[in-house]
Amino acid sequence: MSEPPPTRIVGTAAPRKEGVDKLTGRARYVDDIKPANQWHGATVRSTIPRGIIRSITYPPHIPWSEFAIVTAADIPGHNHIQLIIADQPCLADGRVNHCDEAILLLAHPDKHKLREAVEAIQIEYDPLPAIFTIEESERQDPIILGADNLIKSFLLEKGSVDEAWPQAAHIITGEYRTGAQEHLYIENNGVIAEYSAESGVTVWGSLQCPFYVHKSLMAVFNLPEDKVRVIQTETGGAFGGKEDYPSTIGSHAALLAMKSGHPVKLIYDRMEDLAATTKRHPSRIRHKTALDANGKLLAMEIEVCTDGGAYSTLSATVLSRATLHSTGPYWSPNVRIHARSWATNTVPYGAFRGFGAPQAVFAIERHMDVIAAQLNIDPVELRRRNFLHQGDQTATEQTLRDPVILDQLLDRALTESGYYAKRKHFAKQNLTSPIKRGLGIAAFYHGAGFTGSGERYLNSLAGIDVTTDNKVRVLVSSTEFGQGTNTVLSQIAAEAIGIDYSDVIMAPPDTGIIPNSGPTVASRTVMVVGRLIQRASLQLVETLRAETGPGSNNGAQTFTREEFFAACEKLRAAKGEVQSLCRYEAPPGIFWDDTTYHGEAYGAFAWSVQLAQVAVDTVTYSAEVEEFWSVQEVGRVVNPVLAGGQIEGGIAQGIGYALYEKVLLRNGHMANNQMTNYIMPTAQDVPPIHVYFEEIPYTHGAYGAKGIGELPHDGPAPAILNAIHDATGDSFTEIPLLPEDLMLQLATQPVEAEASV
Amino acid sequence: MQKKRPNRNGQQMRGNPHAHELIAPQHLSDVLRILADEPNEWTPIAGGTEIMVAHAAGRLTSKRLISLWNLSDLRFISSTPDNISIGGATTFAEIRRSATIATHVPLLAQAASWIGSIANQSRATLGGNLVNGSPAADSSPALLAYDAEIEAISIRGTRRIPYASFHTGYKRNALAPDELLYAIHIPLRFADHKQYIRKVGTRRAMAISKVALAATAQLQSKTIQEIRIAAASLAPFPTRLHRTEAALLNQQLTPEAIQFARTALLSEAAPIDDIRSTASYRTRVAVNLLEEFLTSLIQDRPA
Amino acid sequence: MSNWPAITFNVNGESHTVSVPPIKRLLDVLREDLHLTGTKEGCGEGECGSCSVRMNDELVNSCLIPILQASGTNIQTVEGLASSEHLHPIQQAFLQCGGAQCGICTPGMLMASTQLLSHNPHPTLDEIREGLAGNLCRCTGFIRIFESVIAACATDAKEEAEPERTANAR
Repeated sequence: MSEPPPTRIVGTAAPRKEGVDKLTGRARYVDDIKPANQWHGATVRSTIPRGIIRSITYPPHIPWSEFAIVTAADIPGHNHIQLIIADQPCLADGRVNHCDEAILLLAHPDKHKLREAVEAIQIEYDPLPAIFTIEESERQDPIILGADNLIKSFLLEKGSVDEAWPQAAHIITGEYRTGAQEHLYIENNGVIAEYSAESGVTVWGSLQCPFYVHKSLMAVFNLPEDKVRVIQTETGGAFGGKEDYPSTIGSHAALLAMKSGHPVKLIYDRMEDLAATTKRHPSRIRHKTALDANGKLLAMEIEVCTDGGAYSTLSATVLSRATLHSTGPYWSPNVRIHARSWATNTVPYGAFRGFGAPQAVFAIERHMDVIAAQLNIDPVELRRRNFLHQGDQTATEQTLRDPVILDQLLDRALTESGYYAKRKHFAKQNLTSPIKRGLGIAAFYHGAGFTGSGERYLNSLAGIDVTTDNKVRVLVSSTEFGQGTNTVLSQIAAEAIGIDYSDVIMAPPDTGIIPNSGPTVASRTVMVVGRLIQRASLQLVETLRAETGPGSNNGAQTFTREEFFAACEKLRAAKGEVQSLCRYEAPPGIFWDDTTYHGEAYGAFAWSVQLAQVAVDTVTYSAEVEEFWSVQEVGRVVNPVLAGGQIEGGIAQGIGYALYEKVLLRNGHMANNQMTNYIMPTAQDVPPIHVYFEEIPYTHGAYGAKGIGELPHDGPAPAILNAIHDATGDSFTEIPLLPEDLMLQLATQPVEAEASV
Repeated sequence: MQKKRPNRNGQQMRGNPHAHELIAPQHLSDVLRILADEPNEWTPIAGGTEIMVAHAAGRLTSKRLISLWNLSDLRFISSTPDNISIGGATTFAEIRRSATIATHVPLLAQAASWIGSIANQSRATLGGNLVNGSPAADSSPALLAYDAEIEAISIRGTRRIPYASFHTGYKRNALAPDELLYAIHIPLRFADHKQYIRKVGTRRAMAISKVALAATAQLQSKTIQEIRIAAASLAPFPTRLHRTEAALLNQQLTPEAIQFARTALLSEAAPIDDIRSTASYRTRVAVNLLEEFLTSLIQDRPA
Repeated sequence: MSNWPAITFNVNGESHTVSVPPIKRLLDVLREDLHLTGTKEGCGEGECGSCSVRMNDELVNSCLIPILQASGTNIQTVEGLASSEHLHPIQQAFLQCGGAQCGICTPGMLMASTQLLSHNPHPTLDEIREGLAGNLCRCTGFIRIFESVIAACATDAKEEAEPERTANAR
């Protein structure tokens, strides 16, 4: 492992750039902003999962002339939300395809009168048969989308699995299921919109991707680029839940602003946000695996199915990432993956930290333990025998050119946790204790950045400029929502230029000011956008050196801080501005074929091994994580406090995904749409979490960094279920795994027949 | 053609504060007079941890509310050698801070620590918890196991109701329309009883109970002289498990007796499936809790 | 509607009087009438704690308190923590230890932390977990929040988090 080059600021715990504002209550989230003459907005939503809208009645006791009312007929441009395929309407037009689908919008200056009006509207439907599960969709009766209910399908093949089966010493099958998961950002979705014929549409809001919203608004309003402006407000958590949804709520608020002639604030309360917005795709993944007599993989045949909900939205890309993570960090000569995303009459599922990988990793990592049990091999040993190494080819026949240190990560996890000694101790203790303890492992990677040619397609532009009061401004559309964008990009700029961290500020996340550096998703911000900032910073220094001539800083190689700002002033005098922008350049030798799903899927992978210690209480059938270890190789840790915080936060969400968080649908509507009934872990539920970083700098990432935001959410669920298997001997293959589910296997006798101890 | 559906915007919250009256008379006597003058007109509100949630969700039908929060007459913890009395408007935070309660009625102190969170405990009141009457009420099993008594008050005077008779149905109780829950009285005769309480929720904090069991039992050489077992969420309201008690009273504590008690519990448990859990889970876990308690008695150690 | 009776209370050491419906939530009075937007709404049902404030030296969820019942009380919000010159030790600790990520739970978390430390200056980790159990954080996994509270104890700050009458209180 090479030592990273010495740095002054990158690698240090620079304090959060916007931290003081957040800690003093000065940070302004969208609901903290109150425009003059604001009206409030509300959404009237479908109460059935599928059907024709027969009539909408506005009862006479409400003074409707006081209200702005918006239906699909009011949309000036296209009635769809621009994502991948334009099949999701902005407002339902004559038919609905899921419960809580937006049908019409109301605005009024008084939010209480608005509430009464929403309650008063009467909608009549002719319901149509609706479907709610992957299995129902596969039956293709009824057909609710396209010709066959399929949102997307892929086939990925390497070698020939059919030739491998006859040679296998063992063929092991398994089916694994994951449920929907809600982001539960503590700040609900919300926007403020303004409209005027002269300036067009302006939207402020809680969002991740200002240019996604910008693009959507252009289509909905049929407006050119410069007549739409999107500004991100301080955002209270996102996790992917504000990647695409803000395009919908932003369009809604803007339509109301247009109709009412007033700024409109549209903020969801918790019940509405839970019921009506995106969640993680449920999945069903089937494995059929061939191994030789030594437990080495010969073939992997995998069927990956996701439930996409009623419209396609991001399902194709989630399916893609699920596919590319479904074989795990293992080498197999033969692979076949059928991947399908099925439509159902539920709220469209969307991006959530991991984006298909948590589903895929759950399946393969649980499956590895299932295989180990059937082959009677230690699950640690089984993994070692099959780990990918540097130089190996993945399922897409991508050669792993960078070092892969899975064995070392595994070693460290085992050592730090005291795995073998503990397991021995637990095995003895479990014989007599009503609390059964066990340990479980997950090994995995997460591809950083957009898949395949995605980054090329994004063609990101980012850079810096220098203000007249000597601040370097970072110009990116990458947003802050807790993960540390502002801090790490400022650190990178300060490092590359040779100035202080406090000399750097972030340009406001306003599409009127910033270039499009791509969406803040896919664990790409530090690696890809940070790299652009690094390059742009170095480029500016070079330009200054060229402008100010050799010897102008006493022949030194680099500027001091004072020299830098002086040189900037000289450049400003000559050129009028001081700015440096860089465009994304794909690393050399990257080749990806979208049709055959072959080639370099990702420029870089982060690698991880996670280990969970779980206690299962046989009196209450509840499982709790008692301790958790996470070892990850991430290229370069730009800020250890922020990086550690990302890992811990992702693990807490992964624990919720495994053991606590269940979306209960009744007739396609989320019945448990309150925080009292959608259960996330509290401060008393999270275990001690131990985090260890390894660093092998990635050449094309900022200062060697690879993406880490999503990585930690991939491993906890399988590690936990593997630990439960270790503790109890019972195998569970579906999450969320609640005590009611554990009881079904742990309590083997009917309750009447059980003998007492 | 589908008939007209009410527009279910239950996914959208917010009550209208303009639509509700809230008054806070200074003295208990004024409150009682108002309740007597206009029965069924005024809904008492103490800490508001239930009523304000309903209001936020647009579900608060009562338009006229009368505050008990500042009535010092309703907020007290007093004791004699034989009895602890707790005013209806005493908060769970105050209950947790009471050394007397911690010493003499520890099951109630435990239950108080399981209410919501610190912020809920500083507002939720014992009286409110009982009058709200959820079958999952956190304080109820302990009070039932301690044979508590409710003192109701109205302009006509006071009267005592055994707590075991207080709940008369799902979210219904024995208070007359003009009555308030003045105090809870707990006899201090359980010092030499074995005591047990356990709540099973969705997580370690801020969890509505799926099932809970509380019990007090007095033994003499392995024979049960006295026993009270109470449960949450096994019936439309918190309840004593009379058949289970009967199966154990005057019995020697043997594995057979425990089996007999399990069967009795199965015959009287009537939980439901709801958004939080299932009837079969509640039943089976209740049986496990019972067994945990009884086993601890046999082994003469805390459960 | 100025025919509502006046209700007077203290926030961060300053007296305020409002004429609003008596059942209006303390949270809304703080945010709308007093323009103190530091206290947040996350759920409206007393589950997330992002609306937590300190009232008469108790931690409360302001989304569940009718303003009439706050009459005559002393309330502290996040705006009352820092002096005009520097951060409160608990805020400093959160900054150093990474206790705030997106920041939306942070005001409530700071209130819960100061409430805890004011009564228990050296809490165990279990006591910290319990003290903060009513404040949900979706970003941090709580680990660095615990570290922040522990760090704040260690700074040996005897400063009581009293409501402050300073220019900083808005």
